[in-house]
Amino acid sequence: MTFALFLQDQAFIDVLYIVAFVLFIIGLRMLRGPRTAVRGNQVAAVGMAVAVVATLLIEGIGDWGLIAAGIVVGTAIGIPSARSVKMTAMPQMVALFNGVGGGAVALIAVVEYREALESGTDLPLDALIPILFAAIIGSISFWGSNVAFGKLQELITGRPVRLPGGSAVNALLALVAIGLAVVIAAGVDSQLLFWLILLFAGALGVLAVLPIGGADMPVVISTLNAFTGLSAAAAGIALDNVALIVAGMIVGASGSILTKQMADAMNRSIGNVFFGGFGGGDAGTGAAGATAGGMVKPTTAADVAIQLSYARLVVIVPGYGMAVAQAQRAVADLASELERRGVEVLYAIHPVAGRMPGHMNVLLAEADVPYEQLKEMDDINSEFARTDVALVIGANDVINPAARTVTDSPIYGMPILDVDKAASVIVLKRSMSSGFAGVDNPLFYDSKTSMLFGDAKTSVGDLLAEVHAL
Amino acid sequence: MTPLIFAVEAAGDSGTSLVTELAILALAAFVGFEVISKVPNTLHTPLMSGTNAIHGIVLLGGLILIGPADGVLEDALLVIAIAFGTINVVGGFLVTDRMLGMFKGRREDRRGGGP
Repeated sequence: MTFALFLQDQAFIDVLYIVAFVLFIIGLRMLRGPRTAVRGNQVAAVGMAVAVVATLLIEGIGDWGLIAAGIVVGTAIGIPSARSVKMTAMPQMVALFNGVGGGAVALIAVVEYREALESGTDLPLDALIPILFAAIIGSISFWGSNVAFGKLQELITGRPVRLPGGSAVNALLALVAIGLAVVIAAGVDSQLLFWLILLFAGALGVLAVLPIGGADMPVVISTLNAFTGLSAAAAGIALDNVALIVAGMIVGASGSILTKQMADAMNRSIGNVFFGGFGGGDAGTGAAGATAGGMVKPTTAADVAIQLSYARLVVIVPGYGMAVAQAQRAVADLASELERRGVEVLYAIHPVAGRMPGHMNVLLAEADVPYEQLKEMDDINSEFARTDVALVIGANDVINPAARTVTDSPIYGMPILDVDKAASVIVLKRSMSSGFAGVDNPLFYDSKTSMLFGDAKTSVGDLLAEVHAL
Repeated sequence: MTPLIFAVEAAGDSGTSLVTELAILALAAFVGFEVISKVPNTLHTPLMSGTNAIHGIVLLGGLILIGPADGVLEDALLVIAIAFGTINVVGGFLVTDRMLGMFKGRREDRRGGGP
């Protein structure tokens, strides 16, 4: 009996929470290096288990049937989806997991508010304000993440969608949501207003993400990730729960840094991604691209195979096209065959290649490509001058020299891989359609560029067969 | 001392005062900045996915509220919140584990015959 009392003691629970934070922080630190990262993730997961157990010990925790129901349903959905998701679909999976987290925050905020209304006690402002904050941000995160999921899963078009009104409508929605929150904070007790806040914030989440092109999705997902973290921290203040405050804020802060790093990698501000950005100059740049256009030079797998086999250094530039075609293993096979023949092979990884930062690294790691061959942009750009063949597989915007020269291009100023400095460029591409930014690529019309059209996986398979035959 | 005691009382509920909570919040923010700032690009995806799993901790909010909550609507909302939080936590950590497992497995395989 005394033991049970000890377990339920607030101090004991707080100590368990502290253990949980320490595990989170150690786990995140271990995520810094590829060798310790797996264990780091496990350490953080143990931290989460400790936090959940500690919470279940709190006196007065009840409705065990309902708790079990929620956890069982969540586990039954979470485990199979995490197990079965393809590595290429990872960005939308992360978006979805982030979205449900935001949804949970919003729902908790609703219940906390209703509870207070029904019990007739006025919530103190230091609880009410965090609740309103959590409701707004949680709702934005839930709906925004779902739209991001829809776009990445290609349920909704991945291209930038132009909406009438654009950012003016978004600003209005934000103002209305915040205005209603101020009304509630000022003392008006109304559930209807609270639901309206969720509605307007949700609409803002949808409309803010909808216009954003696929290439900017990494920044969007990372921003929403930070949002969910912040809203969880706010919920923690409202509920007086230290575990929520600390874990939520760590995610909010780290997510913000990560977002900033990504935006920097694209030489764009976060505001620019959300307001304006690629939605803006589509028509104009399309025309500009067309004037820069000319004849492309198609080539055959046999020709490319010869070039590759007799090169000293081949740099492979993977992009989203490789992910879509599931070509990573074929690419890795081709690379090891070339290495067997004495060709040096490196991979040039643009920080925002694919739909998530590090997306390409994950895919190539899956295909057993040695970590040392994956070169980040700053390391590889100096190598292109001595590169014999740059093999571009389904990448477009990240190698577009227009980013350096065409000032009115939506991707102007974005740091790119200097593929055009290589002696010869082979571009594997399905067709001549432009990338997610909707910008034409002058590199394709360059005299040293050859195009190998077709599905990336088939093309790379053909290349491998031709190299074998040599 | 008086302002502190006042703050403790004003915080309502049990325990921690608003000021303490804000202090914790600020410190946690610095920890978050610090922990993430030197991560290589390569690991950004697993990192995002890992931090993503951690904010599933909001699940605790559902656990805390579901006891005192009454009414079918509130119970339903909280069960959904708990389920959402659990998906976030369980799915997030598993997916991160799968991604990272690839980095690790390959590295160890190569240890013998590296270049």
